[in-house]
Amino acid sequence: MSDTDVPAAITAAHRSEWARVVAALARRFGDLDIAEEAAAEAWAAAVERWPADGVPPNPGAWLTTTATRKAIDRIRRENKRDGKHREALILYDDGAPEPTGPIDDERLRLIFTCCHPALAPQTRVALTLRLVGGLTVAEIARAFLVQESTMGQRITRAKAKIAQARIPYRVPSAEDLPARVAGVLAVLFLVYNEGYLATGPDTDPVRRDLTGEAIRLTRLIRALLPGDGEVAGLLALMLLTESRHAARVSATGELVTLDEQDRGSWDTGLIAEGHRLVRERLAARVAPGRYQILAAINAVHTSARDIRDTDWSQIVALYDQLVHVDPSPVVVLNRAIAVAELDGPDVALAAADRLDGALAGYHAYHATRADLLRRLGRGPEARAAYDRAIALAGNTAEIAYLSRRRDQLGR
Amino acid sequence: MQYLFSVIHDSEALATDEEMAAIDVFNDRLQADGHWVFAGGLGFPYSATVIDNRGGDALVTDGPFVESKEYLAGFWIIEAADLDVALRLATEASQHCNRKVEVRPFL
Repeated sequence: MSDTDVPAAITAAHRSEWARVVAALARRFGDLDIAEEAAAEAWAAAVERWPADGVPPNPGAWLTTTATRKAIDRIRRENKRDGKHREALILYDDGAPEPTGPIDDERLRLIFTCCHPALAPQTRVALTLRLVGGLTVAEIARAFLVQESTMGQRITRAKAKIAQARIPYRVPSAEDLPARVAGVLAVLFLVYNEGYLATGPDTDPVRRDLTGEAIRLTRLIRALLPGDGEVAGLLALMLLTESRHAARVSATGELVTLDEQDRGSWDTGLIAEGHRLVRERLAARVAPGRYQILAAINAVHTSARDIRDTDWSQIVALYDQLVHVDPSPVVVLNRAIAVAELDGPDVALAAADRLDGALAGYHAYHATRADLLRRLGRGPEARAAYDRAIALAGNTAEIAYLSRRRDQLGR
Repeated sequence: MQYLFSVIHDSEALATDEEMAAIDVFNDRLQADGHWVFAGGLGFPYSATVIDNRGGDALVTDGPFVESKEYLAGFWIIEAADLDVALRLATEASQHCNRKVEVRPFL
């Protein structure tokens, strides 16, 4: 094997095997901390040995065996020192055979444990990226703009809480499953959104490491829960959003809105896969949840080869459906944006203005009003709204876009 | 595995008759299902006395160790297999006693 193939093999094994190795060790040793550390040590061993010994025929098995040995070494070391303490920290596992079925996968236990509702939402995101996604603490800290030590402590505390409070290491029972799957999807959607509209002055406006990881983990959930409509919906939503990434930021680092994007640079492969999933859900004839409806809206957008071909009446109808499922102010605002294309900016502005109480601190609310006011020829009010949007926005490309639009307004 | 359910309250109102009746029903079920260890309601924070004898010269202070709007009004100690079971019971406990409930594991 050539020198260049070994790093590629290690990266590939990291992508496909990390979660499996952590999950298998967590199950066997009943301790997430040991599982995580031993998995990291196994990959370090691969980096050291594979260039000399060659990539083993079954990298996953090699890594699992190596990680298991590392874990046993550590337990032996620590048992000599403080066996009692170690025993107290052992992860709870009731030991009874779980009902096996299509969703009996070690990685699923891991994901559900990381996304347990007793953990704070930010902590669920961080734990999932570390234990399931295999991102380093430094990478996660950078993604969420906190110090590495802060993120490290958050993850360490979460693992300690899981052990001390006995958060169970298992797939939830059938009655709890829908709510718990919703919690997992919310985590993955948060990761995706942070990647697609990244926060902070020193980061890329689109973090493809995060969007890619969110898609990869959602694919994993999809493989484990193929019949779940919202899982399919979220995956479709991510794929159809991701398909537009190349057109989203201009060469000068400015956000490009949907109406101005170069549709020729959209990724047709991702669009085709997303459309397939949306069609699959339509054929299921089950009332769709919010991710499926959002995916359908994105399917309509990505079906139009030109902005003028967009079927706005269908998009507004889908937003009506979405408001029914999720009547939050942000959804109502997005519906107003579509209404502007169908009934005119004055109707949309009236709808948006009613949200002032709820969304006064949300940059997209002011950006939407600014655009509608601009189209209505109300320059001074548009300028004030752009100013508010720019002050509240956290994404460099979006700030650049809003600033140009504001500065184009006549005096 | 044992958990402490702390009942958190923020006014000097005692439990109403309906709340007490609901708590009794819940306690009976905890006992029937094998979750019961112990429970009790506590006097108001102003009835507390703090003793500090760490230095050997016992210092007695009138009042709770921390002044706050929210205080511990009572507690349950329950037996549960894991946090999912404990959280399910705490959800019912909060409803029955009509107060917030904090769940914490014993080490």
